[in-house]
Amino acid sequence: MTVLSCSDLSYRLGDAQLLQGITLSVQRGETLGIVGPNGSGKSSLLKLLANLRVPGQGQVLLHGQPLRKISQRTIAQTLTVVEQHADTHDAIGVFDAVALGRTPWLSALSPWSANDTAIVEQALADVDATHLRNRTWRGLSGGERQRVHIARALAQCPQILLLDEPTNHLDIQHQLAILKTVQALPVTTLIALHDLNQALSCDRLAILQHGRLIALGKPLEVLTPQRLQATFGVQAHYLTDPFDGAQILRMRV
Amino acid sequence: MTARLILVFAACAALLLAVLAGVAIGETPIAPAVVLQVLANKLWGAGYVLDPIDEGIVWNYRLTRALVAAACGAGLATCGVVLQSLLRNPLADPYLLGISAGASTGAVLVAVLGLGAGAVSLSAGAFAGAICAFALVILLARVSGPTGTSAQIILAGIAGSQLFNAITAFMITKSASSEQARGIMFWLLGNLSGVRWPSVWMAVPAAVLGLVICVWHRRALDAFTFGADSAASLGIPVRRVQLLLISCAALVTAVMVSIVGSIGFVGLVIPHAVRLLAGTGHGRLLPASALGGALFLIAADVLSRTLIKGQVIPVGVVTALVGAPVFALILIGRRHAR
Repeated sequence: MTVLSCSDLSYRLGDAQLLQGITLSVQRGETLGIVGPNGSGKSSLLKLLANLRVPGQGQVLLHGQPLRKISQRTIAQTLTVVEQHADTHDAIGVFDAVALGRTPWLSALSPWSANDTAIVEQALADVDATHLRNRTWRGLSGGERQRVHIARALAQCPQILLLDEPTNHLDIQHQLAILKTVQALPVTTLIALHDLNQALSCDRLAILQHGRLIALGKPLEVLTPQRLQATFGVQAHYLTDPFDGAQILRMRV
Repeated sequence: MTARLILVFAACAALLLAVLAGVAIGETPIAPAVVLQVLANKLWGAGYVLDPIDEGIVWNYRLTRALVAAACGAGLATCGVVLQSLLRNPLADPYLLGISAGASTGAVLVAVLGLGAGAVSLSAGAFAGAICAFALVILLARVSGPTGTSAQIILAGIAGSQLFNAITAFMITKSASSEQARGIMFWLLGNLSGVRWPSVWMAVPAAVLGLVICVWHRRALDAFTFGADSAASLGIPVRRVQLLLISCAALVTAVMVSIVGSIGFVGLVIPHAVRLLAGTGHGRLLPASALGGALFLIAADVLSRTLIKGQVIPVGVVTALVGAPVFALILIGRRHAR
């Protein structure tokens, strides 16, 4: 069942055509990886899908409804995005930062409750950040901040999670742990990734180049050595891990 | 819940005490008992026999002054919090959007060039100037880019402020007598001398209404912690909230500036000081800043009247002279506390 789709999506910023003619549909529960070289439009695509930017052309459908016709609050109860560079100069505490994730669910009629506290605690535990809960944002390392951002998104209890390079500041243990956590969640996930070996664990991959969608399908079917040479400019071949028989990409320039 | 009630009660008590002190202290000290008796006479017709001169000073001069000081302090501090949060800039203050510059131009047009031929008061001119400047700044921010990002708003505000300040300076040098120039200068630095009851009925509702609207949007303001995109992904209709709250802050600031001139420092530094003490959550930060601003400006007004005998120092000078060292102490103390 399609939960999120877009058709003929284009977006330009000044003179730069960042995205062009993207048509894509995301199935419930799948993990769709978005890969592509720098500047290929991964972040822009996620921003359009999350209604943070308005496309110049085309539209995004959430559960079959155009995003334009849904209130921002309803969108946020269904879908959320973890950005790459969200920072603050405020001396906000970690718990409070994650608690922001509850914003779309709170109102004058439904104020903060014990349930919200429990959801925030669970989100902190999911990203292995429970021990950080009383620290302030400014005292965190880049990787810890990244995990807190992801916890905030989890606290939002979304059905669809958009992640923009969520692992780029993390140490190797937390990279693998976050990916595993995210893939184990009962949510639909769109994840922009740089590490192609990590991308191999996605259900499907979308490959972007110069703002166009050039391939979409199972990782091993679309990440062919020819494609890697044409799109990423690297020579690549697959090795088989004797440990579990998994395919691993080895690349060189 | 009880803790919160106690806090609210303590805040009200502090505010009442500050107003009382503001009324009692002055060049002619008036005993707090007399102040209370005057209030009882005026509010409930208690019928105490008092010196009519004391009664006049308390009711018509000092009480109005203390109330307007409280309202201005609260209003400016609230606006400071909102602009710093929405624009994600620690240097944002209520005058960032060209409001004080526009107000000064409006005031000078009335006072020096005699615009309105006496039918328009200095305050009305200042208010009109402030609103014009704000409208121009927002228009510029909109035209300069489709998104209306905080950087565009800040740059448009700087451009607008510079323009209106230049117009003001130009008119003063070209047309004003030295007496007029001194009067304008005094007004620009903040002046609570002229306030009577009509000013109270403008300033207090503006401050209260502004605070209520901002507190109502406290969660939206919290959601801006990590920027506008992050707020949008948390379900905040960013453009609408920005427009509403920035306009609200501009209106409150324009009302305050038109009554007392542009008192600096309060709107910039009180929010920072209160953030250090009360944290960053706007549910607490907004009321606490309003209270802090009110207490601070009442105290600054008392000092401005009593520091030099027989002379009133512009309250804007006092706010910065006293406020800057106090803020420095808070910053240093905070560093040691870590």
